[in-house]
Amino acid sequence: MNALTAKSDASTLLYMEDVTVSFDGFKAINQLNLYIEEGELRCIIGPNGAGKSTMMDIVTGKTRPDKGVVTFGGDIDLLALDEPEIATIGIGRKFQKPTVFEALTVFENLEVAVEGERSPGFNWRYGLSNLQKERIADVAEIIGLSDQLGAPAQILSHGQKQWLEIGMLLVQKPRLLLVDEPVAGMTHQEMDRTGELLVSLAGSHTVVVVEHDMDFVRSLDSRVTVLHQGSVLAEGSMTDIQANTEVKRVYLGE
Amino acid sequence: MMGTLLRGDRGGQVLLTVLAICAVVMPMCNLMLPVEHPWHVSTYQLNLFGKYLCYALLAMSVDLVWGYMGFLSLGHGAFFGLGGYAMGMYLMRQIGDRGVYGNPELPDFMVFLNWESLPWYWWGFDFFPVALIAVFLVPGLLAFIFGWLAFRSRVNGVYLSIISQAMTYALMLAFFRNEFGFGGNNGLTDFKDILGFPISAQGTRVALFVASAVAVIAGYLLCRSIVQSRAGRVVVAIRDAEDRARFLGYRVESYQLLVLVISAMLAGLAGALYVPQVGIINPGEFSPLNSIEIVIWVAIGGRATLYGAVLGALLVSFSKSWFTAVLPDYWIFALGALFVLSTLLLPAGVAGITRRRVTST
Ligand SMILES: Nc1ncnc2c1ncn2[C@@H]1O[C@H](COP(=O)(O)OP(=O)(O)O)[C@@H](O)[C@H]1O
Ligand SMILES: [Mg+2]
Repeated sequence: MNALTAKSDASTLLYMEDVTVSFDGFKAINQLNLYIEEGELRCIIGPNGAGKSTMMDIVTGKTRPDKGVVTFGGDIDLLALDEPEIATIGIGRKFQKPTVFEALTVFENLEVAVEGERSPGFNWRYGLSNLQKERIADVAEIIGLSDQLGAPAQILSHGQKQWLEIGMLLVQKPRLLLVDEPVAGMTHQEMDRTGELLVSLAGSHTVVVVEHDMDFVRSLDSRVTVLHQGSVLAEGSMTDIQANTEVKRVYLGE
Repeated sequence: MMGTLLRGDRGGQVLLTVLAICAVVMPMCNLMLPVEHPWHVSTYQLNLFGKYLCYALLAMSVDLVWGYMGFLSLGHGAFFGLGGYAMGMYLMRQIGDRGVYGNPELPDFMVFLNWESLPWYWWGFDFFPVALIAVFLVPGLLAFIFGWLAFRSRVNGVYLSIISQAMTYALMLAFFRNEFGFGGNNGLTDFKDILGFPISAQGTRVALFVASAVAVIAGYLLCRSIVQSRAGRVVVAIRDAEDRARFLGYRVESYQLLVLVISAMLAGLAGALYVPQVGIINPGEFSPLNSIEIVIWVAIGGRATLYGAVLGALLVSFSKSWFTAVLPDYWIFALGALFVLSTLLLPAGVAGITRRRVTST
């Protein structure tokens, strides 16, 4: 059997050690150790309620852990920062429930997300730079919404909203992308394209994907971490994971 | 400049054009046409319209925070009232020794209370520029404190509305007290001059009307400059998904604060223009009901369009003046019915009837 967790080293981008968070006494995250390498694509799987979304809440500053260490890029203490600060240093997140800005158009959604100055005074006075406009156009192409830039986001299909949200992550240019259940509600064809997109992002970005759909996870062909009751149950390639008896017992239901 | 601000805003283009024409033509019809001429506009009518324009500016300030930012303020009457009091204090000081007691140093109500000297917070209000600064600064400061406390601790939704209502209610109670130093129950009244001109002279009335129309136009352009900027898009984003905006790196509370403070200052300006036109300001302006009525104007006119708020305020106010002349006791029911009907039949308000969605790319 594999060691439960890979040891961290200099190339570790996201480092979580001994993290615990409880809600009314219930430990949603329990002494979690998780190390994500720079440029890696990592899948996190686990039954409902395993703590996957809560893990992302901790990294993005939405939830404060009771104890533990969470650092980014080696020396940035994420626990000392709040949500906007964490976003600004290069951590982007796609929520489990797709949340695009419904009243804004596709273009405006990307415009709000695009990397750049965040202060109200600046954004009151200045429009987009040419570089930002180009970036938006490029990403719109990648997510297949170039023809719908002027459409309000609320008329998009579920899958398109998921993509728009991924697009909003991309224009943000984060070093680390946290993607929570990206293919929920997608058709098979849409899933394949999403898979390709995520794989293509790895290397130049670091990507952490939480997903339920086993076929989808298999198709990503990445390192997989199994979360169970708030801690890591197993870690390794999908083949290793599927051979792991404990994982079979609690998760794959065999 | 104006062209870019109003791009894609048909309603605004029409509204501002009509307002600008009114601001020029109506004073001419008042000053240049003889009374028996069919196109003559009486000073009374002009004055009434001027008052309603102040309401329109107030409604616009509420639309900015409610329609665009999602903060249903039930306390904007407070900002309006404070602007009004700041102007009222200047007007009180202009009375000089022409009060009932003939005291050149103190306003009548202070003489009546046996006060010896002017309290410090009245200092400087003899000077118009000081009063003008206070018109913006005092409501702006209150909004800043309110917003700083509320937005930073992420109070929102219905709680925020209730707190805003409590804020105006508390101010009403404070201003009712004689010791508070603003004339208590009776408020500030019996004004004589403004900037050296007799306050009820025809020329002054006309000037105040024009000033109100200009304020609505300028306020509109200011609001447009916010809502059509990138910051405006962020504000709408915050309204629709506050958390998401945070994870994109936006400091949500600074946007909310900025918009609330600007809105409060506009409301303060509206109050300041209102007071010389009605000749009185009293604590009744802080009544929670007033603030609720503003929200109804905006709901009837249509949210998040700006011109809808202006339209709603004018429409309801003119109906009110007509209605109270015919059936004075039933206005509150008529207003209720108008509100219910418009929410049922026109969810996007009056503005929604003509509005076509304009998309910008
Ligand atoms: N804010 C919260 N308050 C109380 N309980 C929570 C909160 N967030 C998550 N939980 C609980 O923590 C557990 C883990 O939830 P979550 O991280 O959403 O699981 P997953 O995403 O793996 O399905 C669940 O039992 C959930 O009910
Ligand atoms: Mg989840």
